[in-house]
Amino acid sequence: MKNITPIWEVFVRAKNGLSHRHVGSVHAADASSAVEAARDVYTRRMEGVSLWVVPSNAITASDPGDAAALFAPAEDKIYRHPTFYTVPDNVKHI
Amino acid sequence: MYTVDYSKPQEPRAVQAEDDARLAAFDARVAADDFIEPKDWMPEAYRKTLIRQISQHAHSEVVGMLPEGNWLTRAPSLRRKAILLAKIQDEGGHGLYLYSAAETLGVCREELVEALHAGRAKYSTIFNYPTINWADIGAIGWLVDGAAIMNQVALQRTSYGPYARAMVRICKEESFHQRQGYEAMLVLANGTAAQKRMAQDALNRWWWPSLMMFGPPDDNSPNSAQSIRWRIKRETNDELRQRFIDATVPQAEALGLSIPDPALKWNQATQHYEFGPLDWEEFYAVVRGEGAVAKERLQARVDAWENNAWVREAALAHAQKQATKQAA
Repeated sequence: MKNITPIWEVFVRAKNGLSHRHVGSVHAADASSAVEAARDVYTRRMEGVSLWVVPSNAITASDPGDAAALFAPAEDKIYRHPTFYTVPDNVKHI
Repeated sequence: MYTVDYSKPQEPRAVQAEDDARLAAFDARVAADDFIEPKDWMPEAYRKTLIRQISQHAHSEVVGMLPEGNWLTRAPSLRRKAILLAKIQDEGGHGLYLYSAAETLGVCREELVEALHAGRAKYSTIFNYPTINWADIGAIGWLVDGAAIMNQVALQRTSYGPYARAMVRICKEESFHQRQGYEAMLVLANGTAAQKRMAQDALNRWWWPSLMMFGPPDDNSPNSAQSIRWRIKRETNDELRQRFIDATVPQAEALGLSIPDPALKWNQATQHYEFGPLDWEEFYAVVRGEGAVAKERLQARVDAWENNAWVREAALAHAQKQATKQAA
């Protein structure tokens, strides 16, 4: 197919101090049209104070098939959590 | 880990030249506890102060890996080795979050690293002290990370959004750093007489430098007032130092170790500990780069950067080659 309108991933910052969060996508011919479309689709009820649009094809995602190889090694590293360490009950602020 | 701002105050002229109305609006937003985000207008001095403070903080995380790395191959058990490796890995990540936050202000990481290597940028004075016995690793986790957390918890509400968000993430990850250090001290303090002496010796050497991590006293801290007004800093050096002492003295008592300060005593009226004078001459000497291992630390960073340059170059060359292939 020719002349397909590109997809843009949309990120909204709900308020200053929070990071932009992915909310969905829009189709638009260029970046500024994508911002306008995102404004119309995702912020009609004051959902945000700032928008990011990123071409969907610019995102490289990890392969779900690699999930175990990528993330399972963290499972047995329980010493990365504070609860792994025993501190006497009478010791405070630590 | 953390850093304080050691630099001279900015010339006020740059601020005066800026649009008064925008400045007033900015000040009002900050005073109302609103967060400032990268694309918002901000005074040039605010931007510069943040770049300096966040990059110093980032450098501290990265240089802070060196004193602990010194004990990685000699940690007394596999358990302690895994823990120390995980902690050092965290510090590297913290450096990355902070460099990223600084990059939202229009600088690139390469120029920040270059400023560190050229000696123009500072990092926390604490890392210019050597780690000479295993107990030092426990003392660093307990005291140095303890002091850092005291400061970083306050910075979670700093006025610049990306810096505040980096702090939230860092605080969450650091929660194990102090506990593993305290636990290591607990084992030594309850061990043989020699182990207990090691623990006490480490406390003796790290106590005062840890107190100095909060920076000079408020009446001699040139950047503090403006940073507090802009809510870059949320609490003063002396407030944070006092809170740290109040929290830490009972922890030392629980270990059966003594704080190396003959003037230390509880004041029932103020509900705070009183403490003896800090040796600020030593502090400023270390800031000037006269710390015991200052040259060694910087050299280690420069060597790592230069000796690994070929890896960065090869990766870029490979990526370029692949891109050219794809285009063809």
